[in-house]
Amino acid sequence: MDRTKIDLWVGIFVALGVAALLGLAMKVGNLTSGKIGETYSVTAAFENVGSLKPHAPVKSAGVAVGRVDSIAFNSKTYEAIVTIKIDKRYNFPKDTFANIYTAGLLGEQYVGLEAGGDEDVLKNGDKIAKTQDAVVLEKMISQFLFSKASETDKDAKSSTSTSASEVKPAGAKSTELGDAPF
Amino acid sequence: MTNNIVEIDNLSFGYKGRLLHKGINMVFPRGKVVAIMGGSGSGKTTLLRLIGGQIKPSKGEVRVHGDVVHKQDRDGIFKLRRKMGMLFQQGALFTDLSVYENVAFPMRELTDLPDSMIHDLVLMKLNAVGLRGAHTLMPAELSGGMARRVALARAIALDPAIMMYDEPFAGLDPISMGVICSLIRSLNDALGATSIIVSHDVKETFLIADYVYFVANGVVTAEGTPDDLMKSTLPFVHQFVHGDKDGPVPFHYPAGNYQAELMKQK
Amino acid sequence: MTKSNPLVSIIKTLQGIGHRMVERIWRLGAGARLFFLTIVYSGESFKRFHLTMREIYSTGVMSLLIIIVSAFFVGMVLALQGYNTLQKYGSSEAIGVLVSLSLVRELGPVVTALLFAGRAGTAITAEIGLMKTTEQLSAMEMMAVNPIARVVAPRFWAGVISMPILATLFSMVGILGGYIVAVPLIGVDEGAFWSQMQASVDFQSDIVNGIIKSLVFGVACTMIALFEGFDAPPTAEGVSRATTRTVVISSLTVLGLDFVLTSFMLVI
Repeated sequence: MDRTKIDLWVGIFVALGVAALLGLAMKVGNLTSGKIGETYSVTAAFENVGSLKPHAPVKSAGVAVGRVDSIAFNSKTYEAIVTIKIDKRYNFPKDTFANIYTAGLLGEQYVGLEAGGDEDVLKNGDKIAKTQDAVVLEKMISQFLFSKASETDKDAKSSTSTSASEVKPAGAKSTELGDAPF
Repeated sequence: MTNNIVEIDNLSFGYKGRLLHKGINMVFPRGKVVAIMGGSGSGKTTLLRLIGGQIKPSKGEVRVHGDVVHKQDRDGIFKLRRKMGMLFQQGALFTDLSVYENVAFPMRELTDLPDSMIHDLVLMKLNAVGLRGAHTLMPAELSGGMARRVALARAIALDPAIMMYDEPFAGLDPISMGVICSLIRSLNDALGATSIIVSHDVKETFLIADYVYFVANGVVTAEGTPDDLMKSTLPFVHQFVHGDKDGPVPFHYPAGNYQAELMKQK
Repeated sequence: MTKSNPLVSIIKTLQGIGHRMVERIWRLGAGARLFFLTIVYSGESFKRFHLTMREIYSTGVMSLLIIIVSAFFVGMVLALQGYNTLQKYGSSEAIGVLVSLSLVRELGPVVTALLFAGRAGTAITAEIGLMKTTEQLSAMEMMAVNPIARVVAPRFWAGVISMPILATLFSMVGILGGYIVAVPLIGVDEGAFWSQMQASVDFQSDIVNGIIKSLVFGVACTMIALFEGFDAPPTAEGVSRATTRTVVISSLTVLGLDFVLTSFMLVI
């Protein structure tokens, strides 16, 4: 076994390995569309973050624009403070909405940004004022059951108006249910 | 000033509570061929390992050129082994290297000699053992005798002052045996080296040895020139030298009463 | 008389178990010691890199055939089985995701390590065991050449270098095999196959983690093979038993390490 033959084959071997790695990185993984870029941080306060985790995506109009960096608890206001990192290429107005949505029916939760109309843009360290909490499944179910129960009540007592005050909140809530964004 | 290149001084060595050597004393003078003989398992090969520093004695010491072997540090052992050449029982050639590469191995590893010089030296050593024409062969293609000779060429590659042979005649045909036998003697004299042969081949060893040590039961039971030992009346020496079936080394492995055991069978 | 017999045999069994446990722990220590020495004496493997290159040829290049063929079949079977189940839920387009994630995260590193242990590991053990039996290692020692630096360390580094390359190749070839079954043969949409895959496979957490795993497996399998060969009794029977031990111990170690590494990686 002479050296030149060994050198050749080892060279081919290593080249194959590098090619496979590149193939995996480009074709299989998402390295080309990587989030390697400069980012700036903003915070948002939520009453309930549901099952949002760090590294969850931040999307606007369905396109990924950043990542959730960390989630902390404010023991004064009893709110969750979510810090998100947004790609420097994208600017958002100061009155942007930050909502927590669920991807798919039972999928991961992510932060959705809806741009407002303000001319000033968010800068590093700013706080998003307008937020909407995550939809918690149990609350939804109990709302639904409650509204269903009061609807049957409403039908039964259609002649009397004494239960009108009880019906309204349930009715209002059921419209809310219809507007629930999922 | 002593003329002894190697001295073994009151050496004891053992494994796990069993002593293999119990106080061995030997000297190996410059330029002589000295043989260590004894039955199988008497610890002859172990003595070579002790001289080479591969194992440490339990008691006593081995001195080479005045230096105590087991007290040497890494550099010391390195310098020590540079002066030694060892021929192993089965040759121990490196199976993935050719004959040429095998002989060149110690030169390449231990010296900075240029390739052209190594080339000449390798061919010279192979010529000394008569195998210069075989330098392109691989060890697998060699016969036992040829492999042994190549191993010998490798052992003398750096012109060592001490040559050690571990059962050099074992398993060889008469011609190869004769070749190795004469090579050991001629190389010893040509190099001005000291040779230590471990063997139990009486005929060949007595032809070339200047002095013989007999080892049995962990001690040197007899020593002398081959002539002395041939005439010795010591029972062990006599049995060994003449190949008697029974003597101090018994024919029967220890067993119970023969008749009683046969009776028990029924 | 009969009362003492069962007690004696129980004591003997316990002694036997204790003895075997102690022996295993001793072996682990001896193995760790060889590992330490291999690292310490690694200088020569890099200064005279052709020694290591030779071993990369023996362990890496010679394993290419079995790795590529196995990867191909594994990828194809994954696609088949995956499709069989996914199409019941109408999600057959997720097959690219299934094949690629299974391979890159788990099957690539683990199966490659198992095959490596079987092919290259046994070869290393047998080679070194044979060198020990024919006193080649002793001869080297007597020639003032350090056998660990000359024989063990180059093979160690060759294994560590070869393993990630083989594992990456396994994953890539497996995905290609899966592609061939899924797209031309079964008829899954080509665009969906690749785009869903790209959306789900993360370079850092999946591909890089897979490579880290294969590096760890490389260290483990190569070291086990080297130790078993170095420590084998210098007889024909000893060497053959050592090669069997290499495969068994390597396989168990790889599977155990896989669990440990995966749990780390999923948490972090």
